[in-house]
Amino acid sequence: MAALAGLLAFHVPVFAQAKPGTPIDFTGYWVSVVTTMDWRFRMVLPPKGDYFSVRMTPAAMKIANEWDPAKDEAAGEQCRSFGAAGIMRVPGRLHITQPDDKTLRMDLDAGTQTRIFHFGDWKAPGGAPTWQGDSVASWDTSGTGGLKVVTRHMRSGYLRRNGVPYSENAVLTEYYDLVKEKDGAQRIVVTSNVDDPAYLQAPFAGSFQFKKQADATGWDPTACSARW
Amino acid sequence: MGPDRVLGEVVVMRINKHMKIHLPRMLIAACAPLLAQLFLVQPLRAEVDLSGSWASTTMGDDILLLTDFTGIPYNEAGREKGLSYSQSQISMPERVCSLYTQTQLFGGPFGLRILKQAGSDGKTVAWILAGWEDRAPMTIWVDGRPQVSQYAPHDKTGFTTGTWEGNTLVSTTTHMKTGFIRRNGAPHSDQATMTIHYYLHGDLLTLAAMLEDPVYLSEPLYWSRSFRKTRGNIDLLDGPCVQGDEGVAEGVVPHYLPGKNPFMDEMNKGYHIPVIASVGGAETMYPEFRKKMKADFVILDKCTRNCGGRGGPPGDGPPGDGPPGGGRGGGPGRGGPGASGPPAAGR
Repeated sequence: MAALAGLLAFHVPVFAQAKPGTPIDFTGYWVSVVTTMDWRFRMVLPPKGDYFSVRMTPAAMKIANEWDPAKDEAAGEQCRSFGAAGIMRVPGRLHITQPDDKTLRMDLDAGTQTRIFHFGDWKAPGGAPTWQGDSVASWDTSGTGGLKVVTRHMRSGYLRRNGVPYSENAVLTEYYDLVKEKDGAQRIVVTSNVDDPAYLQAPFAGSFQFKKQADATGWDPTACSARW
Repeated sequence: MGPDRVLGEVVVMRINKHMKIHLPRMLIAACAPLLAQLFLVQPLRAEVDLSGSWASTTMGDDILLLTDFTGIPYNEAGREKGLSYSQSQISMPERVCSLYTQTQLFGGPFGLRILKQAGSDGKTVAWILAGWEDRAPMTIWVDGRPQVSQYAPHDKTGFTTGTWEGNTLVSTTTHMKTGFIRRNGAPHSDQATMTIHYYLHGDLLTLAAMLEDPVYLSEPLYWSRSFRKTRGNIDLLDGPCVQGDEGVAEGVVPHYLPGKNPFMDEMNKGYHIPVIASVGGAETMYPEFRKKMKADFVILDKCTRNCGGRGGPPGDGPPGDGPPGGGRGGGPGRGGPGASGPPAAGR
């Protein structure tokens, strides 16, 4: 019995559950479901020059037309598609935990990345931009409510895995909603909006869904790859 | 002795410009934790105004290829039904003017116009998602009317009721006729039920849907689609459809027998996506399916058609190289392949 308790303690972090008073409980394991017409942009590597549905500036087009995954890998830039503005499109699993009242932590097995959502009066530490940037979270009281996350200070990356770029000045705004079905199934709906006047003629918006899992089944941390 | 003597100073709380209430300060203090729970944990039940014009943020399925069933959790019956479909069916005389079912909300490239219908007492009776030229309006009855009988006739419009879960409108559509999940013949049955949650954030409206179909799907199909508020007028109704001769003789039902669909490998030709993916199935929805394809997948050298880049989503903004805002999507797909490249589906 003691051994079993020890095993459980190892596998279930003490902060796995949402803190009392949290309006919406997003904690747990979630798997992306890719069902819409953007399947071919997300499940496989789209070909060079396939920019359908993205309104790019000439500067962005120039960068995307020069996309070379081999060069990215050689330069140590294989995580460009796994930055905050692109990673929710990459099929994979999320593990969301709440370490404390002011933080939500999202681990992603695709690219082995971690996003931290800071509540309250958190101040960004400064320094060089990072793949996941600085995310400030709040409980949205307008519209239908939900979790709002605004991310800035991201290292320049790709919105689409074939080199469609976003710049370091891009601002990612996300809204997280929780759907609870009558049968108890839950899923997260993420509405994402990227503003980037340098590379986008109009904001790039979309939405993605993640289905709740009972446990960590399928959790498969994999390194960033520019070629797959 | 008035309540202010017992519970202390009376505080006036203004609810809105017409209403204010008087509450003793001690009572407010005593109830503060409860009020906080009410506001934080249970969102107030209130109608959020969804009315207006909403531009699509994506271009929908205008470059959809025939037999692209990727990510659809088809069972064997659904897959076979889909593969038996010939795009020429929509040129059959009795189908030229046939509408798509409400599932087209998630396939079509168009924007939305949402209207609120009030009764004589000012209360909302229904929300209406205005129709497109190829989809009838969806009336979401929120007046508490009962579900219609299971024996009631089915049509392309279906029957839709709505409830508010907190601030979120949830609609449920039943009684649709057999229709399409995608305009390339990917079918749903007349037993399908579609549930949609409507999420409003700033100027973005996201529709998150679940389609359950005990006949053709092995798992629910989840969809989502986002729209952006626009001051432009999204009005996608066209004149009445006039039935013309589109080349299919009366009495003929274009179709393919099992194993004979000549477009089975269009996704492979167009994008190097293997047939095991393009024919759909629940496993194609999930991340681990990528591993199954990895060994054989070879990326195309370069995009050759429908590549986008400068175009915009339809319905709003300046014209680009994308499809027009109000027109029918599709391309050279009706009845067979176009002049070059893989054939596209739809009208």
